[in-house]
Amino acid sequence: MGALMPLVRSVRNIGHHLVEAVWRLGYATRFFALILLNSGLSFRRFHLIIRELFFSGVMSLIIILVAGLFVGVVLGLQGYETLKSYGSESSLGQLVALSLVRELGPVLAALLFASRAGSAMTAEIGLMKATEQVAAMEMMAVNPIARVVAPRFWAGVISMPLLAAMFSVMGVFGGYLVGVVFIGVDEGSFWSQMQFSVDFQHDILNGVLKSFVFGVAITVIALFEGYDAPATAEGVSGATTRTVVQSSVVILLLDVVLTAIMFRGI
Amino acid sequence: MERTTLDLWVGTFVVAGIVAVAILAFKVGNLSTYNVSESYQVKAYFTNVGGLRATASVKSSGVLVGRVTEVKLNSERYEAEVTMNVDKRYQFPKDTLVSILTSGLLGDQYIGLKPGMDDGMLKNGDVIHMTRSAVVLEDIIGQIVASKAESAK
Repeated sequence: MGALMPLVRSVRNIGHHLVEAVWRLGYATRFFALILLNSGLSFRRFHLIIRELFFSGVMSLIIILVAGLFVGVVLGLQGYETLKSYGSESSLGQLVALSLVRELGPVLAALLFASRAGSAMTAEIGLMKATEQVAAMEMMAVNPIARVVAPRFWAGVISMPLLAAMFSVMGVFGGYLVGVVFIGVDEGSFWSQMQFSVDFQHDILNGVLKSFVFGVAITVIALFEGYDAPATAEGVSGATTRTVVQSSVVILLLDVVLTAIMFRGI
Repeated sequence: MERTTLDLWVGTFVVAGIVAVAILAFKVGNLSTYNVSESYQVKAYFTNVGGLRATASVKSSGVLVGRVTEVKLNSERYEAEVTMNVDKRYQFPKDTLVSILTSGLLGDQYIGLKPGMDDGMLKNGDVIHMTRSAVVLEDIIGQIVASKAESAK
């Protein structure tokens, strides 16, 4: 019997973690529903959202634009190397634009947004909770979800598609820079091949939809982790780490699902 | 409520985002090439369409005159039914030859229209009778193999 104890304990541990995870998932779902229910106030007092748009959107601009430019440059260089062996360098514009608009724009912008703005949201709300500012609000009959959480949620959801679009534009510009200006691919075929193959509805709108979904996922995870963080220094730091890890995994997982739905290769 | 510099930044951010979407739509995407002019619809039947798909281009003398809107199998004739929209500015005679061509050796397939001599013009909903199916590489190889075998006897 005694020899079996470690086994029993580990099984019990697995069960404990599983129940804990399901519990948190349910709590997070209720939290999400509460955000949606309490959004009315943040739209009536729109300056709350504007303020958060500044912190999560405007402050993320530089990293998004610079990263987009670099990704476009790398796509241009790598794409040229590969296409050259087929003698179809003129399709470089198509390759750069399609990979950015469909995949890299939404996904990379979301990953950057999760680590730049999502972590900040978690830390901010976690610390507000740890220093009992949230409890103080409740004492003053101010609903913290409506006053603190919902504006951050909507700011993230609004800024994510805009950031992803800017990322893609910078990427296309980077691809143009390296492909046309430095390597010397024909400018006319670069743009015309791109316009011929990129469909507004099928590629661009689906990309925007993707980034919108990622925006919802990132902000819900970040806000929930902050709201649920233990009121200690370790608790807040752990929650910030979990935000970045979980949102990165969820972004990539959602990307698989959305790509499978959107681009089934009709 | 006062106006603040924060509002200016957020405004700039939102405008930049919308401009980015517009650039994607018009410069990167095909929204500027969408044909808003009137078009008429014609149908043609083929025994084999090869790799022709909806949105493939319809060209005459190499000029884009329309788009394929639908490719499906007609279960009464057991032939492929191709529906295409042709720009109203371009009128074609009733005996136009419709063929499925390939751009380049392995490129996309498109529809080529070769006007005939008829006086009557195609109208909306017409069926074009003169068609030439896609060239299937396997058929050609099969013919070559068969003719080689024939000549070897």
